[in-house]
Formats: sequence, structure tokens, C-alpha cells
Amino acid sequence: MFEILEKKSLNPTVTLMRINAPKVAKKALPGQFIILRTDSEGERIPLTIADYDRESGSVSIIFQIVGATTEKLNHLNEGDCLQDFVGPLGRATETEGLKKVAVVGGGVGCAIAYPVAKRLHELGVEVHTIAGFRNKDLVILEDEFKAASGKFVLMSDDGSTGEKGLVTDALKKLVESGEKYDRVITIGPLIMMKFVCQLTKQYEIPTVASMNPIMIDGTGMCGGCRLTVGGQTKFACVDGPEFDGHLIDFDEAMARGAMYRDFERKAHEDACNLFKGVE
Amino acid sequence: MPNMSLKRNEMPVQAPDVRNRNFQEVALGYTEEQAIDEAKRCLGCKNKPCSTGCPVQIDIPAFIAQVAEGNFAEAYKIITKSSSLPAVCGRVCPQETQCESKCVRGKKGEPVAIGRLERFVADWHNSQSEVSVEKPVPNGHRAAIIGSGPSGLACAGDLAKKGYDVTVFEALHVAGGVLSYGIPEFRLPKSIVQKEIEGLKALGVKVETNTVVGRTVSVDELMNEEGFESVFIGSGAGLPRFMNIPGENLNGVYSANEFLTRINLMKAYKDNSSTPIKAGTRAVIVGGGNVAMDAARCAKRLGADVTIVYRRTEKELPARAEEVEHAKEEGIVFKFLTNPTEITSTEKGWVKGIICQQMKLSEPDASGRAKPVPIEGALFEIEADYVIMAIGTSPNPLIKSTTEGLDTQKWGGIIADEDGLTSKTGVYAGGDAVTGAATVILAMGAGKKAAAAMDEYMQNK
Ligand SMILES: Cc1cc2nc3c(=O)[nH]c(=O)nc-3n(C[C@H](O)[C@H](O)[C@H](O)COP(=O)(O)OP(=O)(O)OC[C@H]3O[C@@H](n4cnc5c(N)ncnc54)[C@H](O)[C@@H]3O)c2cc1C
Ligand SMILES: Cc1cc2nc3c(=O)[nH]c(=O)nc-3n(C[C@H](O)[C@H](O)[C@H](O)COP(=O)(O)OP(=O)(O)OC[C@H]3O[C@@H](n4cnc5c(N)ncnc54)[C@H](O)[C@@H]3O)c2cc1C
Ligand code: FES
Repeated sequence: MFEILEKKSLNPTVTLMRINAPKVAKKALPGQFIILRTDSEGERIPLTIADYDRESGSVSIIFQIVGATTEKLNHLNEGDCLQDFVGPLGRATETEGLKKVAVVGGGVGCAIAYPVAKRLHELGVEVHTIAGFRNKDLVILEDEFKAASGKFVLMSDDGSTGEKGLVTDALKKLVESGEKYDRVITIGPLIMMKFVCQLTKQYEIPTVASMNPIMIDGTGMCGGCRLTVGGQTKFACVDGPEFDGHLIDFDEAMARGAMYRDFERKAHEDACNLFKGVE
Repeated sequence: MPNMSLKRNEMPVQAPDVRNRNFQEVALGYTEEQAIDEAKRCLGCKNKPCSTGCPVQIDIPAFIAQVAEGNFAEAYKIITKSSSLPAVCGRVCPQETQCESKCVRGKKGEPVAIGRLERFVADWHNSQSEVSVEKPVPNGHRAAIIGSGPSGLACAGDLAKKGYDVTVFEALHVAGGVLSYGIPEFRLPKSIVQKEIEGLKALGVKVETNTVVGRTVSVDELMNEEGFESVFIGSGAGLPRFMNIPGENLNGVYSANEFLTRINLMKAYKDNSSTPIKAGTRAVIVGGGNVAMDAARCAKRLGADVTIVYRRTEKELPARAEEVEHAKEEGIVFKFLTNPTEITSTEKGWVKGIICQQMKLSEPDASGRAKPVPIEGALFEIEADYVIMAIGTSPNPLIKSTTEGLDTQKWGGIIADEDGLTSKTGVYAGGDAVTGAATVILAMGAGKKAAAAMDEYMQNK
């Protein structure tokens, strides 16, 4: 079974868990993800591998509580076990030939961005990280990013921490000040990634966006995770999750992401009510 | 004296307008009396034409003779000499094009209901109190099976019976392959599939779910690091095809695999399911095979008015005859010679309808075959809330792309010889992964053949 070895709250809505999963830990690479179920009736949800330790056989995940399943997950504690935990899935981040990279993360997307930044840093790539949050209470992984980045720019929507503004403002500033990146890697809300990609297109900087469509199997079997990239249909779980940001049809991806919104809202309320009953 | 009735015994079923609102099994199976009566219609032909129509050559007259005598246990033994999954095959085999198509009684009247008898025997066996299985004596050799569909299960079972230490690796969280995630409960109850898997476990087979070979572990690692001497690849043909027409990525367009997975594997049809399904009141299913029938009948059960659109004519429908018949009884509308060209969108990016091209049959060509060709300008739109694409699947490229030296066809099928041997020593393959989407019985047969070859390989290594 997949025991929760460690649980840590990173901010009021974001939690880190270290899970005992030796087979996944053995093969995991940055950029890949897992799919888990909390219980035998649970939904399958994908989460990025935030960190792994091959020796102890553990895999860390960082998740934001946004709905029923992440709510249920957050109610589990150290010593509890997850029903299912499969991976590593998807393709790893391509790092070959990179010398200087800007990593642009937004919100919980920073959890997905961090292992990529760390890996690049370990490979000797110069990493500049721009991390954006709505406000200072939601900041995660600040110290970790600082340790992995030559430059770290913190942005907040309301100016309660770091600089006030959007990640695109910060990226623009860096590029205009003469920084030359051979790649931008962006991970966060779709709308943010869309604007980052529009910006880098102007500057002609190759850009990779990490996509988070709704998934079920994660093995290429259902096609639910499909996206249009450069006019072609791709399955994010096997062809991605990272794609050329300048070719992604973000508007379609946003529409598809909203497919189950009503159901999700109701399921989340039900889950919250259930837990209220327990506590 | 045989029963000379021209008609076969009907099998009791749930009434169409009841069953099209629930997910319980449609067909209820013969009673002992009905089975014996039907078995007596068999003439016991010496040359066994029916057996030649069976992909795994079950000794059909012999098992039916035992049923006629009421010796159901004996009948079961005869079937399981050739088949590992009788309760499944009795339900899902296309008998009308296999064994029953060769039955002498079918020349004048209806053929003996061989499939229903097979099902009866298997269900009878399963209803008996557990007979304790004897674990075979271990022979010290280890084999790995990739995929827990019918091919993998059959291969695992045969090897385990010979004393091999067998582990099945399955990507999903439930074993059974298409039998679990594809074919719906009302046609193949999941408890039957689980019973088969429990049977294998009782023989000592280990089943490791949540293991994606090619990601979690590779074929080479299984052989070089984990000590498996031989590997069977039964990974199926699970990659859904799309038509590449405009609108296919709109909200409300599903592949049949996604729709059926949400329903069968994730139980989205139950009220308390944590996996959502977005099923409106008007559904259009594109395709004409078993998969299309299953998707259509699931949509019906979720409350939709359902239309199946198929490019050719009724005669060419590749689905089992019984499924087409059941679908029609349940109120599903068929539009033949109809080819979708575009899915239209509401302002909010949801499916609004599907535009179709009316086709007609061409003059027969030199070989006498008439092809569907478009009727110029005959386009029409069917309004729909959701559309399900059931136009076929192909093998998933993951194992090929992560296994050095494993040759495949251009379209993705793994190349294997008669015995299932691939281009890689010790590595065998069978089922849909080799043939492309086919049938349960062919997959099962391929698994058994490969098991025999793997046995020989490991013994002579
Ligand atoms: C490859 C990948 C990596 C991801 N990595 C992370 C991560 O590291 N940390 C993190 O917090 N989140 C991550 N996500 C998003 C995460 O999967 C969803 O937040 C989670 O599924 C929400 O489930 P829920 O039941 O709590 O919420 P719900 O109320 O069901 O949904 C909330 C939102 O989550 C998305 N979502 C719902 N179900 C799924 C599903 N089965 N698959 C994908 N998205 C879904 C939808 O867009 C929805 O709007 C990742 C998604 C993908 C595809
Ligand atoms: C909806 C539907 C209805 C059908 N109806 C009928 C019918 O009525 N009659 C009939 O005869 N046939 C029917 N078929 C076809 C039949 O089910 C298949 O031909 C048969 O299941 C093929 O068996 P298989 O063992 O080759 O593969 P599958 O049953 O496809 O099983 C393959 C298994 O391998 C797993 N897998 C794949 N890749 C990996 C990997 N990398 N690592 C680990 N595991 C992996 C998959 O998750 C799956 O569980 C139907 C198919 C569908 C989809
Ligand atoms: S999640 Fe099913 S194909 Fe990607």
C-alpha cells in the first residue's frame, strides 16, 4: 500500500505529502506525474511528482485543495494509505542543450515548476524563476526556489509580497533588461500560460507550457486529455504534459477544462459537508 | 431421440423498456430444463462442423452431450480443456459467425444455441460451492504477463497450471482489460470477470495493478533485473481513433473508450460516483461495432434519446447480431449510409449537433462489392448534446517505444509468429496488441498458444 510518510501544510490551501511508492520513485523524472485514488470508490486524479527519493523509495506531491478529491486527500494523515498510486506518467522535461532558462510559475503551478527548476539547476543551467501568487498567504516554496535559481522574482496580484503585478510584467522586464533565455518554461493557470506564450512569441523565445487537462487513465486509452497543438490532436498524458507553448490552442483547453464545473462544485460541497459532519 | 424443434429455446431476458433504464444484466440465462432441452437439439455430428468454427476448437458436441444428460460438471471440464473464460465467451462471442454458423441444424431452422449452453454450463459451475483448487507444484521458473485482458489472463492461467511463478502487470487499478473497462455490466457482469481473476490468484498468479510497463518498469528490466525468463505482451489495442473532422474536441465529444471507462470502470452511472459524466438527453454515436452498441446502450440507460450513425448498410454492421437486436428493442435509432462531416458548436463551446453526409451504394465493382459513396449535396444535421466516437482503436505505442528490438507493423501491431513469438527472444505477444481490435476468444486463444510456446522456451533454455 501507498503509505503517507509525511504531511505538511504549505499554505492554507496547499499541502505537501511524501508517499511510500518505491517503484515510482525508482523511475521518476522531473516533469512527470502520477495518478492516485484516495479510496476504492475514488476518482483518479493526476498530480505532478514534486520530488522523489530513490533510496528511501518515496515520492512527494504538492496539491491545492480545489475540489472533492483533493479535499478528501487533505483529510488523510501520516500513516494512512492511498488506494492507488501509479506512475511515473508522461514525458520528462527535456533539458538537453539548455544553458539559461526562465521558469515562470503561477499559484500551485509553482509546485509543478519547482522540480523542473531544481533539475535544471543541478544540471548547471542558469535558472531565473518568476513565481506569481494572488497574495502573500498563498506563497509556496519560496526558499526552495531561491536555492535553485540564480534570480528569483516574486510577484503578487495585490502587492502584499514581492512586486505587485503579473508574471508577464516581470518576464517582460527581465527580457527588456537584456536577459537572453534559450527557453521559457511556464506552468500555472491556463490564462496565465496563454499570456506568457503570447509574450514570448513576440520575443521569439522557445517556450514550453505544462498542460493540466482532465485525465482518467493517463495511459493514452481514453483521449479525454486531448488538446490541439499546431492543428493536431495530442494526448497530454502520453505526448505531454509539456508542449510547445506557441502552438497550443489555449482557448480550446480552457473550454475543455470547464466541462464538469457543475458536477465538481456540487461534489466539493458534498465532501465539505461530509467532513463537517465528522469533525 | 433428439429434440427436432426447428426453433431454439429462447433465453429469458429483461423486458426492453425495463432494462433500458437499468445497468443489470439483460440476458438471464437458461434454466436447467431449458438447457437440457436445447442440448437435445444437437445431433452429435461425428465430423463436428461446429468445432471447426470455434477459434479455440472446443469439443462442442461432447460438452453438449453431457448437458443433455444433466452432467454439467463433466460438460464444464470439456469446455475448459480448450477455453479459459467460458462464462465470458458464452456471453460475448459472435457465435453466429463462428460455431453456430456451421451447425447442421441451422440449415433448416435455427442452429443449436451453443453460446447460451456454454454460458449455462459456466454459470452452473460458478454457482457451485467453492471447489478447493490445488496449487500446482512450483517448477522454479518465472514469467511476466503485461496486461490483464483475456489474452493475458489465459496465458497466466495456463502457465500457472504448469507450475510457473506468474505475475500479471496491469496499468489500471482493476484487472480484466476491456472486460472490466469496456464491456458494460448489463452485458458482462463485473462479478464474473472478478471471479475469473480470483480463480487465477487461487492458482498462485500475482496481479500487480497500477503498473504501466514502459513507464513504471520496462520489458528489459523485467527480464534483466527482475528475473522473469519470459514475457507475454497482451496490452490490447486501447488507443482511440478520431475522425479528424471539425468540432471533435468540443465539450461533449467523447471517445467510446472515455465514455465507457467513466461508466464501467469508474461507475459514473451510480448516483454517488466521484467520477463525473456529462450525459445530456440527445446522444449520437458514430460507428457500428460492439463498441458503438455498448456506448449507445449505456447512453440510453443514462436517459438519452440515442441515434447510431453508420457509414455502410445494416448488413455490414460488425457488431454481434444479438447486440444489434437488443439495441433496436431498447429504442435506439439507426441511421445507415450516414457519414459525419462536422460537429457543430453552441456559443459556449458545447456540442450542438452533428452534420452528416448521406451516402448511397455505388454500382458493384469488379469483385461484386458495392461501396458507400456520397450523394452530392445531401447533408443534414442531427441535433445532439453529446457525441461518442466509436470508430476503432489501435495498439498503444508505449511498449514499442520503450522496448528495444521489438518490431511492429506500421499501424502499431506487434509482429508475432503463429506461437506468439516476437522479434525479441523470450518475448511473446498476442491478442489485440498483435491483431488490432478483434475478439475475446481470439485474444484468449492467442494467450493460450503463447503459454505453450513460453513453456517450451523456458524448459529448453
Ligand atoms: C498532468 C497534471 C499534473 C497536475 N499536477 C498538479 C499538482 O502538482 N498539484 C495540483 O494541485 N494540481 C495538479 N493538477 C491538477 C489536479 O489534477 C486537479 O486539481 C485535481 O484533479 C482536482 O480534483 P478535485 O476532485 O479536488 O477537484 P474538482 O472539483 O474535481 O476539479 C477542480 C478542477 O480540477 C480539474 N480537474 C478535475 N478532475 C480532474 C482530473 N481527473 N484530471 C485533471 N484535472 C482535473 C478541473 O479543471 C477542475 O476545474 C495536475 C493536473 C494534471 C493533468
Ligand atoms: C466496448 C467493447 C465491447 C466489446 N465487445 C466484444 C464482444 O461482444 N465480443 C468479443 O468477442 N469482443 C468484444 N470486444 C473486443 C474484445 O474485448 C477485445 O478483443 C479483447 O478484450 C482483447 O483482449 P486483449 O487481452 O488483447 O486486450 P485488452 O482486453 O484490451 O486488455 C489489455 C490490458 O492491458 C493493459 N495495458 C495496456 N498497456 C499496458 C502497459 N503498458 N502496462 C500494463 N498494462 C497495460 C490495459 O490496461 C488492459 O487492461 C469489445 C471491445 C470493446 C472495447
Ligand atoms: S488521460 Fe486518458 S488518454 Fe490521456
